[in-house]
Amino acid sequence: MSDKPVTRRNFLYITTGTFTAAGAASLVWPFVDQMNPDASVKALASTEVDLRPIAPGQSITVLWRGKPVFIRRRTPEEISEAKAVSLDELPDPQDDAARAKNPEWLVMVGICTHLGCIPLGQKGEYNGWFCPCHGSHYDTSGRIRKGPAPSNLEIPDYVFLNDNTIKIG
Amino acid sequence: MSENYVPKSAVGKWFNERLPLLDLIYGHLMPYPTPKNLNYFWTFGGILTFCLVTQIVTGLVLAMHYVADADLAFASVEHIMRDVNYGWLLRYIHANGASLFFMAVYIHMARSMFYGSYKEPRELIWIIGVFIFLLMIATAFMGYVLPWGQMSFWGATVITNLFSAIPIVGESVTNWLWGGYAVGSPLLTRFFTLHYLMPFLIFALVILHVWALHVPGNNNPEGIDVVKGSQDTVPFHPHYVVKDLFALVVFLIIFAGFVFFVPNLLGHTDNYIQANPLQTPEHIVPEWYFLPFYAILRAVPDKLGGVILMVSAIAILAFLPWLDTSKVRSAKYRPLYKQFVWLFFANTIFLGYLGAQVADGMYLIMGRIATVYYFAHFIVILPLLGYIEKTKPLPKSLSEPVLSKEEKEIIASGATT
Repeated sequence: MSDKPVTRRNFLYITTGTFTAAGAASLVWPFVDQMNPDASVKALASTEVDLRPIAPGQSITVLWRGKPVFIRRRTPEEISEAKAVSLDELPDPQDDAARAKNPEWLVMVGICTHLGCIPLGQKGEYNGWFCPCHGSHYDTSGRIRKGPAPSNLEIPDYVFLNDNTIKIG
Repeated sequence: MSENYVPKSAVGKWFNERLPLLDLIYGHLMPYPTPKNLNYFWTFGGILTFCLVTQIVTGLVLAMHYVADADLAFASVEHIMRDVNYGWLLRYIHANGASLFFMAVYIHMARSMFYGSYKEPRELIWIIGVFIFLLMIATAFMGYVLPWGQMSFWGATVITNLFSAIPIVGESVTNWLWGGYAVGSPLLTRFFTLHYLMPFLIFALVILHVWALHVPGNNNPEGIDVVKGSQDTVPFHPHYVVKDLFALVVFLIIFAGFVFFVPNLLGHTDNYIQANPLQTPEHIVPEWYFLPFYAILRAVPDKLGGVILMVSAIAILAFLPWLDTSKVRSAKYRPLYKQFVWLFFANTIFLGYLGAQVADGMYLIMGRIATVYYFAHFIVILPLLGYIEKTKPLPKSLSEPVLSKEEKEIIASGATT
C-alpha cells in the first residue's frame, strides 16, 4: 500500500470513471445485440418434417434456420456398416446409436465441419458423404473418416412427434 | 499551437514523426486558447458534434435492417420496432435525435446572432454553418420519407412538387426527381441513398467549420477581440472539455427523457399508417423544425412566389455578415439590436406556431405579417441599425466587466503589479 491517503478527489474520480464506463458499456450493447438473430428469425427456429414420402435408401434435404439438414432413411446394409465400425478407427469417436435415435433415420446438419460446404450424398470411400471442396470423407453415420474436417457432421436437436413426423430444433 | 507536443509512447512517436495526426488532434483539443468567459451557449458546438455522430451511428445500424422499397419499407420499420433486438431503442434515438439536433442547431445559430459571432473575421465559419444547416434540412426531410407512412409519402409529394413551380421545366424536373410520374419506389430508393450520403458531407463540412473557427479563435459574450495566449484565454483542456461534457450530460438527460418517456411526442401519428397514394391525410404538417419555413411558404398566394420566398428565408442567412452593418459584435453593447434580435427570435417561433395551424383566415394574415417582419429584420432593420444605433463603450479586456470599481481604479492609476 502507498502512503498517500485516499482523498475525496480520488473517490470522486474513480466513482465517476466507473459509472461512465458502465454507462458506456450498457449503451454499446444494443448496438452489438441488434446484429444477433432477431425475434422473427427465432420464431422460425424449428421445422417439422413429414417422413412418409421417404423410402429406404432415399434422402431429403430440408432447410432449418437457413441451413440444409439431411434426413436419410438408411438401408439395413448402411446401418450394419455403421454399427460394425470400431470406435478406434474414428478420428471423432462416436457410436452410431448416439447419432441416430431411430437407426433407420439419420438426421444431421448437411454442412461439412471443415469450412461449411455441403457434402455430396452416397459418395466417397466410405459410401457416406463426400465434401467436394476439400475432400472430406464421411461414413454412413455421417462420421468423419478421412480428410481435413475435424469432426462428425453435426446432429441437430430433433424429436419424433409421431412415427411419421419429426420436429427439428 | 502544437509545436511542443511529443507522444509519450514509442509507437506514438514513430507514428507522429511520419504522420503528425496526433499533433493535429492534440493541438485542436488540448492547448487551443479559448476566451475565458464563454457561457453555456458555447457548449452547443460540442453537443451538435455529438448529435451528428449519434445520428450516423444509429443510422448505420438501422440501415442494416431497413429495406428501401415502397412495398417493404413500412413493414421493415415495424420489423425494426418489434423484432430487431433493441430496434425500438435505436430507431427512437435516431428519430428523436433528429429533433434534438435541430433544437441544438437553432440555439447554436441564435447564439451566433445574439453575440455577433458571424461578423468579421468569422464570416466563413458562419457561411459553412449555413451550408451545414441546408444539408441538415435535406437529410432530415429525406429521412422522414423513409418509414413510408402517410406523412412520409405526402410530405415527399408536397415538397417535391415545389420544383414543379419552376417555369417551363418544372414538370420535367419533378418527373426526374421521382423517376416516374408520382412519388413511389424509385424516389424512396434514391432518397435512402442520399440520406445515407449527406451526413458524411455534413461531417466533412463540420471539420472545415472547426478548422475555420480555430484560425481566429472563438468569439465570446463580450464580442471583443481577444489576444491569443493573453490573460483573456485559457487552454481548451481541461476548462472547456469539462464544461462541454457537463452540458452534454444535461442534454443527454433531456434526450433520454424524450427517447424513454415520450418517444412519439415530436412525431405525427399519421406516420404509423402505411403510405396510401389514393388518400391524403386531413392535415399535412412537416416536422416541427421546418414549421417556420413552411409558414413562409404558405404566406404567399402564389405557387412560385411561395417557393422563392421559402428558399430565400434560408439563403438570406448566408448574407447576414454583410447585412449587419454594425462593427460591434455582441448584443450586450447594442441596446437597439438587443431588442430587435429578441423580436426576431420571437417572430420566428411565432412563424413556427403559424406553420402548424390551418392556413386560413386570421392565421394566414398573421403569417403574412410575420413573414414580412422576418425579411425586414435582414434587409431593413439590420442594415439601418449599424448607422443609427448608439452602441455602448466596449471593454478593453474580458476581465474589465467583472472587475470591481476599486480594481478598475488601480488599473487606471497605472499601477503595475
